[in-house]
Amino acid sequence: MKDKAHLYGVMAQFDTPSALVTAARETYAAGYRQINGYSPFPIEELSEAIGFKRSALPMIVLIGGIIGGLGGFLMQYWIEVIDYPINVGGKPFNSWPAFIPITFECTVLVAAFAAVLGMLALNKLPQPYHPVFNAPNFALATRDSFFLVIESKDPKFDHDQAVSFLRSLEARDVIDVEL
Amino acid sequence: MAERPEDLHTSIHATHPLVGTELTFGSVTDKISAIVLKRKTPITWFIGFAISFALFQLMMLAITKLVFVGIGEWGVNIPVGWGMDILNFVWWIGIGHAGTLISAILLLLRQKWRTSINRFAEAMTLFAVAQAGMYPIMHLGRPWLAYWLFPYPNTMGIWPQFRSPLMWDVFAVSTYATVSALFWFVGLIPDFATLRDRARSKPFQIIYGMLAMGWRGSARHWHRYETAYLLLAGLATPLVLSVHTIVSFDFAVGIIPGWHATIFPPYFVAGAIYAGFAMVILLTVPLRKLYGLESFITMRHMHNMAKVMLATGLIVFYGYIIEAFFGWYSGNKFEHFMIWNRMHGPYAAFYWTLIFCNGLTPQFLWFKKIRGNLLLLWIISVIVSIGMWLERFVIVVVSLSRDFVPSSWGLYRPSQWDWAMFIGTIGFFFALLFLFIRFLPMISIFEMRTILPEAEVEE
Repeated sequence: MKDKAHLYGVMAQFDTPSALVTAARETYAAGYRQINGYSPFPIEELSEAIGFKRSALPMIVLIGGIIGGLGGFLMQYWIEVIDYPINVGGKPFNSWPAFIPITFECTVLVAAFAAVLGMLALNKLPQPYHPVFNAPNFALATRDSFFLVIESKDPKFDHDQAVSFLRSLEARDVIDVEL
Repeated sequence: MAERPEDLHTSIHATHPLVGTELTFGSVTDKISAIVLKRKTPITWFIGFAISFALFQLMMLAITKLVFVGIGEWGVNIPVGWGMDILNFVWWIGIGHAGTLISAILLLLRQKWRTSINRFAEAMTLFAVAQAGMYPIMHLGRPWLAYWLFPYPNTMGIWPQFRSPLMWDVFAVSTYATVSALFWFVGLIPDFATLRDRARSKPFQIIYGMLAMGWRGSARHWHRYETAYLLLAGLATPLVLSVHTIVSFDFAVGIIPGWHATIFPPYFVAGAIYAGFAMVILLTVPLRKLYGLESFITMRHMHNMAKVMLATGLIVFYGYIIEAFFGWYSGNKFEHFMIWNRMHGPYAAFYWTLIFCNGLTPQFLWFKKIRGNLLLLWIISVIVSIGMWLERFVIVVVSLSRDFVPSSWGLYRPSQWDWAMFIGTIGFFFALLFLFIRFLPMISIFEMRTILPEAEVEE
């Protein structure tokens, strides 16, 4: 079971966020790139430590907002000017100031959906099964434990070397995570 | 956190820490999740839920009668075509605003004290907006045709009129409800995972597991999650200001004296936040006692909420004074009469009670002793909630009952079905809140972990 084909990676367990961040930095410095941290709450330093680059999410939300805003305005323009022009108190068909509130609401609505669905899609959620759930203590990742995984797909990955490296980082425990 | 200068300099922060100092990652997780998973449901929960569910049935009865009879069962008639349905709509949606303020605006302002109350306040927002949304739909008279409000291609070949503030309202309220629900659900995902991992019984594991969607606390996920959450807060902030602004346009764009005023948008938004914080205090005072949450929702939270209530209350009172000033200074006899009518007309008692509730009562909050006395704070919140209801009564009903032509004046009296519907929505609101505190974590567990001292990464 120790061969690469059956192994997702090796996982180290830590007791504090500081220990996890320090370990993640050292692991990255040791040349491992396919690593990931797991924590019960967001730790700003951790995503930097594992070498996570900027997310595409803000751009997705911006595009969503632009689509929502343009769509909202053009919908009103098309309805009130082209498809169903009605003279209301002599106001112009394209009464654009009156269209702003709905344009704004549509901008926010589509941008908000882009933020939520974009976040879930980039995170590949919903994902009912993931190998890390096989680790016996992993339920504590939503309580008070902190985990660092070196994944077997890392080019530098060698099982025994990775285990001894993680042990050197003063992990509370180091275990194999099977696929 | 203790080294932060602002925490040391203000005495209130030294005597009232943000959260109990004895809390750890483990105890925060266990205490909050135990309310849902382990602790015996208190008998008060059953009593409270039973009463509110019974009142909810009253609402269903009122709605059933409405569907059969039409809105003639209500007290509305020309000239007062907007009675309790619209004033209750505005009242409920205003209450909702505090939730978004706490969850979004205070997040952007990095106010850490929001963490203990944001989940609960967001739930309150959702449930209040649900009550609010019912009123305009029921007021349509044929509520089963409510979808006509939305622009959809139809065989009648017609479209809604987008120059009307009532259409803006449709978009504002439905967007607000949707975005609030999204924000709330996103905030819950990591906590669903916490509950999934703590639940003992199979059905709970499966349900929370499905809701958590496989959340595993990966650093990459957290990074995108935080980005999404912050962006949602940034979107919700102008949204919440726009919603009550647009609600105020429903009135301000009309030419009725008492409605047609430029001060309406800021005055409505301040009133909404004021009413909302009153409701948050009204709910948290008994709740923290009942569930022993004193170390999570501390006196500092109570002081802060009371201060927000005082500040927004002052803006609202300023609004009342300016309305009176407008009436006098405009030189317009209809505007002048409108203010005279409010103060001396058939509904004068409502106006003066309103001034007592919203103008004078919040002044007690200047005193630290009163802010620190939970019973007094609770009583003030009840008075403020009543005051905000009266404010909408004065704006909606009193303005409509006497407009330009004395021959078209008329008085409004809510019917028993108006009251049944209103009391029923209060019941529905509380029934939803009771279900929420029983089945979902009422305090954000993962955000509580982040504000503990041990969450600091030492370099």
